[in-house]
Amino acid sequence: MIETMPKCWNQKTKPHFFCPGCGHAIILKQLGFVIDDLKLEQEVKFFIDIGCSLLAWNFYNFDTVQTHHGRTTPTAVGYKMAKPKKVVIGYMGDGGGYAIGLQSVLHAAFRNDPVTIILVNNENYAMTGGQMAPTTMPNEITTTTPTGKEVKFGPGMHGPELIRNIASDKAYIARTSMSAPEAVKIAIKKAIKTQIENNAFSFLEILSICPTNWKTDAEGSFERLKMAESYYHIGEIPPQKSSQK
Amino acid sequence: MQKNVQKLYSGNEVIVLAAIEAGAEAMFGYPITPSSEILQGWIESASSNRNLQFLQTEDETSAGFATIGSILGGKKAFTATAGPGHVLMQDPLSMAENLRIPFVAIVMQRGGPSTGTVNYSQQEVNLAAFGGNGDGLRVVYSASSIDELYSLTIKTFNTAWRYKFPSILLGDGYLAKMKTKFSPSKSIRPIKSTEMLEGKKNPTYLRNCFSSEEEFGAELDKNIADWNRLRSQIAESEVYKINDASEIIIAHGLVAQASKEAVEIMRNNRRKIGLFKPITLNPIDSRTLNKVSSGKKKIYIVESSRNQLSHIIKYELDKFCGEIVEISKPAQGFTAKEIVNKIEKD
Ligand SMILES: Cc1ncc(C[n+]2csc(CCOP(=O)(O)OP(=O)(O)O)c2C)c(N)n1
Ligand code: SF4
Repeated sequence: MIETMPKCWNQKTKPHFFCPGCGHAIILKQLGFVIDDLKLEQEVKFFIDIGCSLLAWNFYNFDTVQTHHGRTTPTAVGYKMAKPKKVVIGYMGDGGGYAIGLQSVLHAAFRNDPVTIILVNNENYAMTGGQMAPTTMPNEITTTTPTGKEVKFGPGMHGPELIRNIASDKAYIARTSMSAPEAVKIAIKKAIKTQIENNAFSFLEILSICPTNWKTDAEGSFERLKMAESYYHIGEIPPQKSSQK
Repeated sequence: MQKNVQKLYSGNEVIVLAAIEAGAEAMFGYPITPSSEILQGWIESASSNRNLQFLQTEDETSAGFATIGSILGGKKAFTATAGPGHVLMQDPLSMAENLRIPFVAIVMQRGGPSTGTVNYSQQEVNLAAFGGNGDGLRVVYSASSIDELYSLTIKTFNTAWRYKFPSILLGDGYLAKMKTKFSPSKSIRPIKSTEMLEGKKNPTYLRNCFSSEEEFGAELDKNIADWNRLRSQIAESEVYKINDASEIIIAHGLVAQASKEAVEIMRNNRRKIGLFKPITLNPIDSRTLNKVSSGKKKIYIVESSRNQLSHIIKYELDKFCGEIVEISKPAQGFTAKEIVNKIEKD
């Protein structure tokens, strides 16, 4: 029998509050399946950012903490130090992880803190009304780039590649896309296993859709996602050969 | 021949001893003068005590949030900072205030605004008591001597863990760095820390984001009701030569220390003056304040900030009919003689 809902979902909070067709909901479902598969419901502690991820505060049957915008990583790191046997997952948007909270993500990677960070890249600040994010691609129109994102605001930020530069070789760093839910599941599993088995940092960016702010129907959303998939590299970002970190 | 040398302790060193005595297990911090030696001293202690954890984080905001994470995991964790770091600390303090997390911050005040001086001031009273985007449900202690730094550090931990309000101990650069003889006072029994994420049958959801005014209002009302119910248990003050006085000085921290000496000098000049020293700046011991000020001719509020203490005191004073004189020297210290001169000139 094919499971349609993860066992660790909090049924009482379904249907959820994400917009219809939102990528967050699809990604959180895959995360739920991984927690089920690895039988981690009692072990996992879920830390979420402010952004649309905040809507997941009672999404699962496991302990969940809403932090402040950009502050998920240090909160997760402090918790992990106190409870090293727990499986600690931070979940955030691209604004939370690549703008206001980038410093903390980089330093967690730099120290090789054994936590798993899942960053949902929908290329905009969704919760606050579709403003430009560091990941907004060149020429894209957002509420703060009404004539298209100009070069002077930077291209689309390649977070995992940036993080790889300073992360330990033991860290798992990858980008995947929600257009392939099976691949998302495999990558999340690998990220969590890196934390458990290697006691190392893991970071997974997942390209996602936001039909509300990009004003796209189902077809349009996936067309945008395809564009993002060709702009950003999908797959694991391996340690550079010359490095020995 | 070598004499017996007694070790002298700085305020920052005493705070580390007190934190350990209070049962602290983890510290997160970012170096800033004049509080850096708390982090250094803690790390030194951790080198010979495996139960003590620490992390020098990337900034104060992260230090505060990592402290919160550690507390959620059941550790008695704390941070120490000053000035601009205290400004950044408002972000985690606001979260702790909303989620009733027993957060401890030791703040050694320095002159502001901006980077200011790294020495001394009493300008972080407002920030400690009312900073953040809430209503100031934080307990703030102010220490006026090295001995008090010790006893109040322990008290700050106990208050935070007993009442679940973030608790801040204010010192300043002089107290942090000055060295004196010190022997620890009898300690107060530490309060046990418990995990806030227990992974029981029913999951714990800690949220700080609400979608309706009513829902959030109900949450705030609960916290404010707790604050109002507990404030008289938390509030503390000390009075000195107050019984026959017709005038009182109100001062906290090191200025209270100088004011005590000033009272002595003026008493020798036959001036009937006494001292009210708030030990908690938030909440203020308003019962004692109103009792001792009732019927007095004059109150002198002396502080090293532009009337930050005065604003708090004036709000708490109930039916005081005498005159209030504000003596303020932002970010500068007072000697007892200076206080005497200012009062006698008045
Ligand atoms: C300190 C702070 N600054 C700004 C905000 C407002 N804010 C809330 S969510 C958000 C951005 C959300 O974008 P992202 O992190 O990409 O997540 P998404 O909503 O797209 O999933 C901002 C700027 C805030 N809550 N706190
Ligand atoms: S605004 Fe976008 S990211 Fe947020 S819930 Fe709606 S679709 Fe999802």
